[in-house]
Formats: sequence, C-alpha cells, structure tokens
Amino acid sequence: MKKVLVLGATSAIAQATVRLLAARGAALYLVGRNPERLQAVAQDARTRGAARVETEALDLDDLARHEALVTRAEEALGGLDGALLAHGILGDQAQAQGSYAETEKVLHTNFLSAVSLLTPLANRFESQKAGTLVVISSVAGDRGRQSNYVYGASKGALNVFLQGLRNRLARSGVAVVTVKPGFVDTPMTAAMKKNPLFASPEAVARGIVRAVETRQDEVYLPDFWRPIMFLIRGIPERVFKRLKL
Amino acid sequence: MKTERTSWGRYPRVKAQPVHPVSWTSEPLPVPPAGGTLLPHGQGRSYGDSCLNEGGTLLTTERLDHFLGFDPATGVLRCESGVTLDTIVRLVAPQGWFPPVTPGTKFVTVGGAIANDVHGKNHVREGTFGRHLRRFELVRSDCSRRECSPTENRDWFEATIGGLGLTGLITWAELQLRRVSNPYILQETIPFENLEGFLSILEESERDFEFNVAWVDSLARGRHLGRGLFYRGDYAPPQFDAVPRARAIPSGLGVPFDFPGFALNRVSVAAFNALQYRMRPQGLVHYEPFFYPLDAVHGWNRIYGRQGFLQFQCGVPMSHAGVDALREILDRSAHSGMPSFLTVLKVYGDVPSPGWMSFPKRGFSLALDFANRGERTYRLVDELDAVTRRAGGRVYPAKDSRMSPESFRAYYPEHERFARYVDPAFSSSFWRRVNGAG
Repeated sequence: MKKVLVLGATSAIAQATVRLLAARGAALYLVGRNPERLQAVAQDARTRGAARVETEALDLDDLARHEALVTRAEEALGGLDGALLAHGILGDQAQAQGSYAETEKVLHTNFLSAVSLLTPLANRFESQKAGTLVVISSVAGDRGRQSNYVYGASKGALNVFLQGLRNRLARSGVAVVTVKPGFVDTPMTAAMKKNPLFASPEAVARGIVRAVETRQDEVYLPDFWRPIMFLIRGIPERVFKRLKL
Repeated sequence: MKTERTSWGRYPRVKAQPVHPVSWTSEPLPVPPAGGTLLPHGQGRSYGDSCLNEGGTLLTTERLDHFLGFDPATGVLRCESGVTLDTIVRLVAPQGWFPPVTPGTKFVTVGGAIANDVHGKNHVREGTFGRHLRRFELVRSDCSRRECSPTENRDWFEATIGGLGLTGLITWAELQLRRVSNPYILQETIPFENLEGFLSILEESERDFEFNVAWVDSLARGRHLGRGLFYRGDYAPPQFDAVPRARAIPSGLGVPFDFPGFALNRVSVAAFNALQYRMRPQGLVHYEPFFYPLDAVHGWNRIYGRQGFLQFQCGVPMSHAGVDALREILDRSAHSGMPSFLTVLKVYGDVPSPGWMSFPKRGFSLALDFANRGERTYRLVDELDAVTRRAGGRVYPAKDSRMSPESFRAYYPEHERFARYVDPAFSSSFWRRVNGAG
C-alpha cells in the first residue's frame, strides 16, 4: 500500500499503523474528527518519512459526504491503492438494551458508515483492478454474547459484508482484509480492567501490515484469538446461552 | 483506571495507582480528586520514588508520543514528551544525527530526561540533557501554558530542567541534536588495579576521549579496592567501513519472571564480576551495547526478585575528600555482605546546566545497586548517604529512595527557590518524603 486513505486516523490502532506505513514512505490521506489531533498524527507521519500527508477533518457518521471524500483523497494522492477503515465505537451495551437510539448509533458508525465508504472504494478498486481494503472489525463479531452483542452484531454484520465483498473482488485482484483484534489497550477500552489478553496498538499494527503483505483474508490479532474464537464458536447454543460471557 | 506502576527499582512499592493517560498536547489536565495530586509518568525508568505518587494520580505519557518535526539540515528535533530516546535514535541515527547526551538506557522519555536532567558518559564535554534543549511547553494545573526557553519564561525553563516533574506537565520539547559522522564507537577497555589506577588513567582519557566510564568490581577489597575496567571511546571517524564487532542488541531477550531472592548473592555476583573482568571489548562497536548495555535484557530489574533493589548514586567533589569518600563507600559496600551487582564510576565536568536542581557537578560519580534485603540494605544506603554528605557531595534523586529531608536540603541549596515553582496540584512520593511529609 503506497497511497492510502486512513479513516479514523486518530484512533490508537490507526496511528500505530500510520507510523509503519509512513516509515515505508507511503503517501497518506488521513481522516478524523478532531483537526488538532489530525495535525499531530500528520506531523508525526511526515517526520517518520511519509512521502506525503494530507488531512481532512470530517465526522464519518455523515454518510452523505463519503463519496466526495473518496474522490478528494484520490485526487490529493494521485490515486489510491489502499484504504484502512479504523473508525468505530464500542457503545454502551446496557444503554443499548434500554434504548434503540444507542443501538442504532453503534450500528450506524460501525456497520453502515463502513458499508457506505466501502461501496465507492470497492468500485474504484474493482475498476482499476488493484488495491487493498483493510477493515478493522473485532473478535466480538464472531459470536453474540450478552455482555456486548450490540457492538458484536455491528462487527458480525461487517464481517459478512466483507466476506461477500472479498468474494466479488477476488477476480479483480483486489484484496479485502478483515482484521479481528481482541482486547487492545486503547482509549476505547480505557474503562476496562487490563489483563494479559490485552494487546498493544503497536502489536496490532504490525499484524495488520503483515496481513497486507502476505495477502491474508481474515486475521486474528494477536493470533492466539484464532483458536480461542474457534472454541467459542464451537460451543453448542443450548450450552452457550447459559454461560455468563 | 488503576494499574500497578512501579519505579525501575521496584522499591518502594505503590499498590494500584490511578493513572490518567494523556494522549494529545491540547488536552486539559484533569482536576485531581480532593486531597489528591498529579505527577507526570513516562516509562518509569527512575529507580526510586521520584516517579511515584502514592495516593495521587499519574499522568502517563505513553501516548503523548508524536514527532512534531525534524530538520535533517540543522538537527533540530521537535517531539512530544512521551517520545523515548529509543524512538529518536532510530529516526535520526541513519540520518547522521544523535542525541548529544544520552543516559544508560534508551527507554527514557524526553519528558523524563528533562525532569531528571539526565547525563551520559560524556558529561565533561557536553554537560546534561537540559543544556541541549531549545524550548518546551509547560502546562500547569491552572490551565496556563508556557513556552519556555533560555530567553522566554527563563525561570520556568530553569526550574523545570531537573525539576522532577513537579513544575507541571511538559507536553513537547525541541532539542538540538548533534551531527555524527558515524554512530559507531571506537572503544578501548583498560583494566585498573585499584582506585589510584583509575585516577591515573582518568586525566589522559578525559583529554583524549569523549566517552569515559568505569565498571568497578564491588567485591574487591584491600589493595584491590576499586579495581575494574575503564571504558573509553569516541564516535568513529567517517567512512570507517569495518563492521562493528559488537552488533546491535537483539530484541526479544528478556527476563520473564522474578528471580528468587537467593539468586543474587556473593557467589553469583563474584561470578558475574569475574566474567565482566574478562570481557574487554575493543575496537569498533555498535552504539547500542556501548551506550545501553543493560537494555539488551528487557526487564533486567527482575533479577532482583520481587523485593526489588535500591540504587545509590552519588556525586562527590574531585578532591582528596572526594576520593576518600569513594574509597569509604566502596569499602562499606564490599564489607556489607550485600554486594552491589553493578558498580559504575564516572566523572562530571564543569559544564553548567540551566537547571537549578540539576544533579551533576564537577567531580566523581559512583553508582551501586543493592538487592533489597530490608532494614540491612536501608541502613547501608543511609550510611552511604551520610558519607556523601560529609564529603560535600550529593545524591541523585532519579536513583534515590532513601535520602533524608536534611540531606536533600544540604544537597540542593536551590530547593527553596525551586519550591515556589512547584505546581500546587503536583507532587510525588519523593517530594513528600524529602519535605518531611511522607
């Protein structure tokens, strides 16, 4: 990935990935909500060797502006060969259970806005017969659990969308990489008690770049989540529904 | 969020300290809970309690780690305070630049390097870290922000360098790096039989070499008291195209668990010292093992076991009294039955630091590590503190967990002037201890 659109660029995982891409001399178009933070990430990427860095402050919940955003990024960098979708919210499960509005907010940001961005990106990459779409999903999308099934559903829906997209784009040579991190020590999980399952954003970023370079379809980060989720998916529903997970 | 944060020496231990991560320079500081205080905390590489704040909140700066710009033509680097020297070196060394002053670990943050006004093996030539600072921003709990430099807000600049994180949060800093034609080091290692031997090598080394440091065999006594190895070196000349013999430190080496308490004893330290005495690197070496020998083993502090260890580092005048103090400290340590695992002897020059509370002064520096064996160890360190005080020396707060309020006042005559610049919402375990309130 040499000309990359990064969505949610001020998130911890995106920042760590941007640093690795910058050190490899990539050109970057960074999108996030907060202009000051965006500037800090951009300056950092420039200092670390990015060929070129452009920024745009935008709330990605505003779906109507996605199409034009992709066009601007493409024009600014002289084409695109990669996109990293790293924006998302955890939401509040308890609140979502009490109010559909909270549920919709999570689905809107994590699923609909991703779909809305992936549609123009996929079409461009398909017609140029090249490119890599990297989307940060979550292990939470593998199975619904009472403690966070709204967030899980938004990521589960995203996973299925990405499977279909991958299937469609395979013959055009466009890669679709679903990234499924477990717990990551970021501001999103600041309120959670840390345990050894937590990974650093830097470790996740290295896994993302490796997955892109080795053209993987679906990657668990860190990779110990693959067997864990295999086991969790394998528990019969009749047993699972009694578990407190 | 509460997590256990310890200092590098893991003594004293502070249970579950609330942390407030700072991720962006524009963020306002949190308001501490009633009666609580704040303290910036970088990588926690200080050994004692100057990076701890029992009962208060730590402002952690791991995510305050953006580069703000680097000019490869002038060597001026601007970065946020949580950036480590490791990250800086990896960016600038390939471009022909290096931090002019670097301590014995690259895992310190820029904020921590300023707050402790760290020094390296070239203090005689380059002075302390603070001397190469162009400016920084200081944020106070009253929401005020100051750009501080030798000409702008000069009093705040001077109070904050060596100010142990107490004057406010440093959000970013601008450093003047130095041009190096080659980041590799041409090194010489010279054995010496005792303290006199060290002194006889010193003068010529100080004159002819930029980097000078000695390792001392802490178990040697009598006429061998103070025997060791003198390491000296310079940046290699340009186009020196030989391959360095000692390579970059392999990553991934680490101490995965706490060693049991009995692992470090007279026998194992003697074995280590014998090995050390036989290893005499010469010639072209990579800068990593030269500057950062201990960084090769991640978490090396765990060899001291769960009880941690105490480091004692003092500076004493370059005089007969100073040499006598070195001899007495080495002698007491050798006879204590609690040998120092690593003993390092250096010299400081008279290049002044802008920092009022900066530690190094023209003279000798001696650092010793003691596994924590409770009261016996504390008593020994207290004795060494007394010897230092009598000799007119001082103890380094970054390494200390024992100095008394009286010692602190004697060591740092500027403390009253400094205290007026301490942020009312900031404090540390160290600060309360040396002010008799902890």
